[in-house]
Amino acid sequence: MKISNRTSLVMAVSLAAMLTVAGCHKKNPAPPPPPAPPATAPTPMATITAEPSSITPGGSATLTWKTTDATNVSIEGLGTVATAGTQTVTPTQTTSYHLIAQGDGGTADATATVTVTSAPPPPAPITETGIDENAFESAVKPVFFDYDSYDVRPDAQSTISSDANFLNQHPNLKVVIGGYCDQRGSTEYNLALGENRANAAKQALVSAGVSPDRLRTVSYGKEKQFCTDQTEACWQQNRRAQFTLDQ
Amino acid sequence: MIDLSPRKSVAVRTALLFALIALAVCGARAQDWVRTGTNLGVSKIRIAAADFKAASADPQAGGLKSAFDQTLYNDLRYAGIFDVVSKSMIPTSTPGTPQEINMAEWSGAPSNAGYVAFGALTASGGHLAVQGFLYNTAQGQQNPQVLGKQYGGEATVDSSRQIAHRFADEIIQQLGGIAGIAETKIYFVSNRTGTKEIWAMDYDGMNERQLTHLGTVSLSPHVSPDNSRVAFSSLGKNGWSIRMYSLDLGRLMAFPAAGGTTLSPAWSSDGTKLAFSSSREGDPDIYVSDASGNGARRLTAFRGPDVSPAWNPKTNAQLAWVSGRTKLPQIYIMDSDGANVTRMTDGGYAISPSWSPSGQFLTFAWDRKYGPGAPGGYDIYVMDIASKRWTQLTHDSGANDFPSWSPDSRHIVFQREQNGHSEIWMMLADGTDQQQLTHGGGSNTMPNWSWK
Repeated sequence: MKISNRTSLVMAVSLAAMLTVAGCHKKNPAPPPPPAPPATAPTPMATITAEPSSITPGGSATLTWKTTDATNVSIEGLGTVATAGTQTVTPTQTTSYHLIAQGDGGTADATATVTVTSAPPPPAPITETGIDENAFESAVKPVFFDYDSYDVRPDAQSTISSDANFLNQHPNLKVVIGGYCDQRGSTEYNLALGENRANAAKQALVSAGVSPDRLRTVSYGKEKQFCTDQTEACWQQNRRAQFTLDQ
Repeated sequence: MIDLSPRKSVAVRTALLFALIALAVCGARAQDWVRTGTNLGVSKIRIAAADFKAASADPQAGGLKSAFDQTLYNDLRYAGIFDVVSKSMIPTSTPGTPQEINMAEWSGAPSNAGYVAFGALTASGGHLAVQGFLYNTAQGQQNPQVLGKQYGGEATVDSSRQIAHRFADEIIQQLGGIAGIAETKIYFVSNRTGTKEIWAMDYDGMNERQLTHLGTVSLSPHVSPDNSRVAFSSLGKNGWSIRMYSLDLGRLMAFPAAGGTTLSPAWSSDGTKLAFSSSREGDPDIYVSDASGNGARRLTAFRGPDVSPAWNPKTNAQLAWVSGRTKLPQIYIMDSDGANVTRMTDGGYAISPSWSPSGQFLTFAWDRKYGPGAPGGYDIYVMDIASKRWTQLTHDSGANDFPSWSPDSRHIVFQREQNGHSEIWMMLADGTDQQQLTHGGGSNTMPNWSWK
């Protein structure tokens, strides 16, 4: 029941994403004609727009720019470009595209910003073969935390490194990071603490090169326990960030 | 050998007397400032509740009458302002009308009642009619009748109980000066169906009913001040979000999910705002939105958990909440725009604040000696906000959490975990008269007292 709901959601969102991308490609016009050489070296002028100016993660926007009297036009992050043109971009976070037009008569610049809203990214279907939940969890180990703490311990750094290594080798996998707490303490406080733990593990993976778009956090607080004995060994098992496939 | 001069002797006696008085005053103070601040007063009114007279031969009347008698007796006993004559000491007569009552029987020993509630109950044709009276037993009064009321309803046990609650609230209002709580509800979490769902019950633990059937984990119910909606938090595929259940419609209503772990909703007393914890911007912080979940703005900006907000219901100008900014969670208060942050607790593990209706007190759960290896054994405390002085209400009875004030200020409902099993309890706001409200059927937790 849950799986079929999730699967249909994934398919619907993927379909929507594909349609959006296809729509954008169609709008790409032919490359513009080369500009006429400047006669009396007037001051260059430049404009750049982004359409749409706000996208959700995974979406795309089309940059359209025009310049006059420029010989060398570049957009930061995209490199040298034609003096006028369009290009589709898919920024993962809010990005300002800064265009610089240099000509014999001087320099002009213009900026267009694509805002990436904080809506959750559309989940992509798992395309890797041979990696099921068990294989994933034996390769990507959980990170354990000290009592009432959400700092990634020094002894967890090697776990983070090997987890990040695996994820970087399997770039199509998306991951849910679950934050867990031991059964002592308050239900509500532990849910906030679990969120901090999941987020700390996420930041550690991002620092190790994993794209934040692939990582989603969910706090389980003390609502789900790996171990139910009243011992420190058991409590330690429950104070963790656990990685599972996001599917 | 004893050769004190009279003067010396007087001086010693006087000093001793003062010392004794000082001792007595100090001993009493810890309870008195709570009792006077929570409308409990310092002395209780002696009252008797007669068994009502069954004024019809309808076969239903027996069950309805016993439900009515028991409910009225319990409501007066739980009210916190009465010394209720025990059933074994009241006269055996059941006066149905003022003409039938022999007042000396009630005012004399062993009942010694200052007031007596009595009346009659008639069931016929599926209809229940109740006549209730409250009389002052003192001799020689012009008008001994304090109350004379008529009630009607269906001839069902539940209807009979609800009429008893209404009559009890009239008596409490009349003799205690403020509205009683006999008609209030308590919302809570129970896992008796296998998953944690939101439930409701009458304040006395009767009439339990399940509200949500989400099959996931639902927590932290908070009813709106007009009793129309229950806000709670629930675990979905994308984590925790606030959900809204309409008590009027009997189903979930649309409520925006802003992303992140969003938890622990709290209503302002005017019903126009919700405070909650959310990690939508990365770190769990306290936010305030309008009642529809729109227009959210962030009030806190410290790294670490910020959760469990509670409004000052008197002014809606302040919030108490729990913050882990200095590691172990502590209770803080701030203005509702995020200014004037003040830490209230001085250590230990302090959680789950609830603000008294008068605005004067906080109640919360506190383990003053919490540390690694120490299993969480919490007690319920009350703190006077202006002076930060506190008193402990529960002692050596399991782990207590999630206290919630009653609208009359006189009561606190809370959860108590003993032997790995949680039940809902209530007590007077000075910690006395602890009563268990739920009995088994899974763990029952996170009670929230309705506003009226």
